[in-house]
Amino acid sequence: MNNLEKVESKYYKTDVPDFKPGDKVKVNIRISEENKERIQTFMGIVIKRQGGGLNETFTVRKISFNIGVERTFLINSPIINSIEKVNTGIVRRAKLYYLRDKIGKKSRVKIEE
Amino acid sequence: MVQAIYGKKVGSTQIYDERGNVLCVTAIEAEPCKVVQIKNVTSDGYNALKVGFGATKENRLNKPKKGEFAKAKLEPAKYLKEIRLADFNNEYKIGDNIDVSVFNVGDVVKITGISKGRGFAGVIKRYHFHRGPVTHGSHSIRKTGSIGMCSTPKKVMKGKKMPGRMGGERVTIPGTKIIDVLAEQNLILVKGSVPGAKGSVVYIRKA
Repeated sequence: MNNLEKVESKYYKTDVPDFKPGDKVKVNIRISEENKERIQTFMGIVIKRQGGGLNETFTVRKISFNIGVERTFLINSPIINSIEKVNTGIVRRAKLYYLRDKIGKKSRVKIEE
Repeated sequence: MVQAIYGKKVGSTQIYDERGNVLCVTAIEAEPCKVVQIKNVTSDGYNALKVGFGATKENRLNKPKKGEFAKAKLEPAKYLKEIRLADFNNEYKIGDNIDVSVFNVGDVVKITGISKGRGFAGVIKRYHFHRGPVTHGSHSIRKTGSIGMCSTPKKVMKGKKMPGRMGGERVTIPGTKIIDVLAEQNLILVKGSVPGAKGSVVYIRKA
């Protein structure tokens, strides 16, 4: 282990589930408002995982009131309380940008039984 | 206590603070510096601690350096540098260690290093000049342009910015914060960037 890895090692999370693009996940985000802290959930399909090491991010897409919403998170960020995998999707691509152009039934991803 | 140390730049990364903000930090490895000589006003004209750091083989050193370590009865070190003091300090004796624990989290420090050498660089890289147009038959894309007037004053003004050697000079960061001190690993994390290449010697002191 080199010195830079020693610095980074204590910031890695150990409880991150194994999830891939196409999977549906529930991201529990810590939100602090004037000394109070609450948990907000963002649920949707993972459309990409990008970067590596401490800088690795993933993007979740959901449809909210007919409007597509995407949010990118740092996997090891302390603002994420937990990540739950809801189901496993069957996709043939690593980056699911094509979902942005699909609406209605076509915007679904096949789910592994 | 002296609040200064020499170290080596390890590299940059990003970490998180307790509120979830991402911080860009540079890690500096500072192994304990050994006091080799104590200078004072009466004998040397100024107050300073001469310190040795960095492991090396004895046969890599020249005779004058070997002599300094032999006089102090210490193991030879690769580098010999000085820490200037405002007042004479008799806290330290020859052979004492100065390690990373002289700094605390939140201290504001000055960092000095030798910047990366860029070779013979043009004015765009060296002085942030604007470039010329790239189309319409332009031949002055990255050129210097005019360097002065005509028959008055008949000369190029002193200090005119022109191409030349860039980098490889002593640069000091005026003030940056210490984010973390890892005493076991002899590491200091400072906010932002630090001049120089990875592995180059840097000098950290209280601002």
